[in-house]
Amino acid sequence: MDRRSRIKVVVAKPGLDGHDRGAKVVARALRDSGMEVVYTGIFQSPESIIRSVIQEDADVLGLSSLSGAHLEYAVEIADLLRENGADDVLFLVGGTIPDEDAEELRRVGVAGVFGPGTPTGDIVKFIEENVRADAGVSA
Amino acid sequence: MSDDEARTTAGAYSAEEVEAWRNQRLAKDYDRIAPRAKEFTTLSGNPIKDLYTAADVAGLNERDELGLPGEFPYTRGPHASMHRGRPWTIRQVAGFGQAEDTNGRYKYLLEHGETGLSTDFDLPTLLGYDSDHPIYGREVGKIGVAVDTVVDAHALFDGIPLEQVSTSLTINAPAGVLMAMYRVVGDERGIAGDRLTGTTQNDILKEYTSQNEFIFPPEASVELVVDTLEYAADTMPRFNPVSMSGYHVREAGATAAQEIGLTIAGALCYLELAVERGIDPDKIAPRVSFFWDVHNDFLEEVAKLRACRRLWARLMRDRLRCKDQRSWLMRAHCQTAGVSLTAQQPLNNIARTAVQALAAVLGGTQSLHTNSFDEAFAIPSEEAIKVAVRTQQIILEESGVANVVDPLGGSYYIESLTNDLEAEAMDLITRIDEMGGMVQAVTTGYANQLIADSAWEQQVKIESGTRTIVGVNDFVDDDYSVGGIELFKPDPGVLDRQLKRLAEVKRERHETAVKESLVAIEAAAPNLKTNLMPLIETAVRARATVGEICDVLRGQWGEHAPSTVF
Repeated sequence: MDRRSRIKVVVAKPGLDGHDRGAKVVARALRDSGMEVVYTGIFQSPESIIRSVIQEDADVLGLSSLSGAHLEYAVEIADLLRENGADDVLFLVGGTIPDEDAEELRRVGVAGVFGPGTPTGDIVKFIEENVRADAGVSA
Repeated sequence: MSDDEARTTAGAYSAEEVEAWRNQRLAKDYDRIAPRAKEFTTLSGNPIKDLYTAADVAGLNERDELGLPGEFPYTRGPHASMHRGRPWTIRQVAGFGQAEDTNGRYKYLLEHGETGLSTDFDLPTLLGYDSDHPIYGREVGKIGVAVDTVVDAHALFDGIPLEQVSTSLTINAPAGVLMAMYRVVGDERGIAGDRLTGTTQNDILKEYTSQNEFIFPPEASVELVVDTLEYAADTMPRFNPVSMSGYHVREAGATAAQEIGLTIAGALCYLELAVERGIDPDKIAPRVSFFWDVHNDFLEEVAKLRACRRLWARLMRDRLRCKDQRSWLMRAHCQTAGVSLTAQQPLNNIARTAVQALAAVLGGTQSLHTNSFDEAFAIPSEEAIKVAVRTQQIILEESGVANVVDPLGGSYYIESLTNDLEAEAMDLITRIDEMGGMVQAVTTGYANQLIADSAWEQQVKIESGTRTIVGVNDFVDDDYSVGGIELFKPDPGVLDRQLKRLAEVKRERHETAVKESLVAIEAAAPNLKTNLMPLIETAVRARATVGEICDVLRGQWGEHAPSTVF
C-alpha cells in the first residue's frame, strides 16, 4: 500500500466562522489523493479540535479560518498540541491570512500557511514532504 | 403550417438551414482555426452551442413568457420604467467594530453617493451570543459590528434618517431580535412603524446549506421566520422581513440553477407554513424580497435574473394562488461574487466586479452591492470601497445601459438560456417537493451534498486548467499589490469598549422587567405556531440582550448540529 494512503488528516473549523467551502474542497482533495480525512464541521473549540486529533491519531491537522480570528485560535491550538505531546502533528492553516500573520503563525509552530487560490495539489505535496516519518507506518 | 411556424418572424432560418450552415460554413472556419476549447460551457457547466437563432426560441410566446416590464410574468423587469425611472439602490454592506465605527462608515458611504444602508454583524451577534461570552469574545467586532442590546442599535443608526434611508440587516438566526430592535429604535426616536423601510435577511434555510450561521434546529427556525413575516406585516408594512438568499448558496458552490431552485424552494417553505397557520399569502408575499449572487458568466447571470423572476411569478400566482399582483413580482438585491475575487493581482478584481455589476443591471436588479478589490484580504478599506461605489455610478451615468428597459430581451441566446435555467431550477424544486420540502432537503443532507459536489466540480475545472482564472492559473506572476492603498486594520480596543457598554446597560436596566420578558418567551416557545415576536419586542425594549433571548430559545428548542458532509 502507498504510504500516502495511510496518512490521517483532521480538517477543522475553529470558532464561529462558517465559511467552509475551502475546508470541504481541501478535505475532498486530500481524500481523493488517498489520505484518510476527518472533517470536524464548523463551531469547534480548540479543545474539541485537539480531542479529534488525539482520538483519530492524526498525522496532520488542517485548520481553516476566514474570520480574522486565525492567530488567536492557532496559538491556542499549537499550545494544546505541545501540552498533549502531539507537537509532531503537522499543523497547517488555510484561509485569508495576511502575510505578517503568516510569519507569526510559523513562529508558533504552524508548518504551512495556504492562502486563497492555492492549488490543492500543493497542499498534498507539502503534506507528503513534511509529515512525520512514521506517518501511516505505525497505523 | 403549425402555430409555432406561423409565429416565427418572416425570413427566419429553419433549424435545418442553421444545421447546414453549421456543417458547411462553420466547419470550414474550424478547419482553418480550431475552436478555443473542446467544449464550451456556462460557468455552471451547461453546454453552449456556437450560435443561437430564432429556431432556438421557436414557440417563445412574447405575451405569456416575457410580458411587458412591470407585467406578468415580469421576465423583462418587475417595474415598467425600470432604471429610466428609479435607478437601482447603491447599497454597500458595511459592518465592523463597535456600532459607532460602523455608523462612521455609513456616513462616509452616504457622502459618496450610496443610497441605501446594509449591515454586517459580527459572529457572536450572528450566532446569538453576547460580547461578554467567555469563548467567543475574541470574535467581537471582527467581521461585522457588535450588537448586544437596542442601545447598540441606537448608536448604529445615530444621525441616519431611518424614515428616508432603507437599511438592510444581514442577520438570520437571531433576525427576529434585530427586527424588533429596528422597530424599537424607530419607535423610541418617534418614527412610526409604517415609515420604516428596510430588510432583514432572515432566510434561515440557506444557513443550514451554505452560510452556516444557524442556532436552532430547522423545524423551529422556519416557524420563527413565519412569526417575523406576520409581525412585519402588522407593525412595519413597508419593511421586507425576509431576503431570500441565493447569494450564499452560490458562493458555497452551487450552480446558477441550483441557486434559483434551492432559494425559491426555501421561500415556498416559509409561505406555505404561513398559509397552514391561516395567514393570507397576499398579506405577506408582497414583502418577500430576494438576494442573488452575480458571478463571472455575464450572459448566464443576466438570464438567471430574468428566469427567476418568471418562475417566481408563476409559482406565486398558480401554486400559492396569490391574487395581489405585488405578490407575484420578485424584487431583488444583487451582490457581485465574493468568491470570484482573487488575492493574486488584486487590482484585477475591479474589472471582475465591473463586469458582474453590469450583468446585475442588465438583469434588472433593484439594488446592488459591488465588492471591493481588497476583500480577499480584509474588510474593505475606504479607498477600495469608493472604487466599488464609483463602478456603479459609471455604469449608471456613463455606460448608457440604464437608459432602456431590458435591452437584452429577445436575444436568441438570452431567451434560450432563460428558458433552460427556469426549467432546470423547477426540476430541482420538484425533487425537493418530492422529498417533503426544504426542511427535509436540509435534514437529510441532500442540499448540502448537492452544493459540495458542485463546488468540487468547479475546483477540479480550475485545477485542471479547463477553467481559467486570470492571475491564479494563467497569466500568473507574483503581484499581490493593492495599488498602494492601506488595508483595513481592526481596532484592538473594540472588545473592551463593547464590554464596558454592555456592563453599563445591564447595570441600568430594570432587571425584573428583563426577567419577566424572558420568562414569557420561554413559556410560549414550545408551541411553534405561537407568534413570539410581540414577546421578543417586549424583551428588546427592556434592554434584554441578543444572547439572553437566544439562550432562552436554545433551552426550549436545542441547537442544530453542524454538517460534516464534504
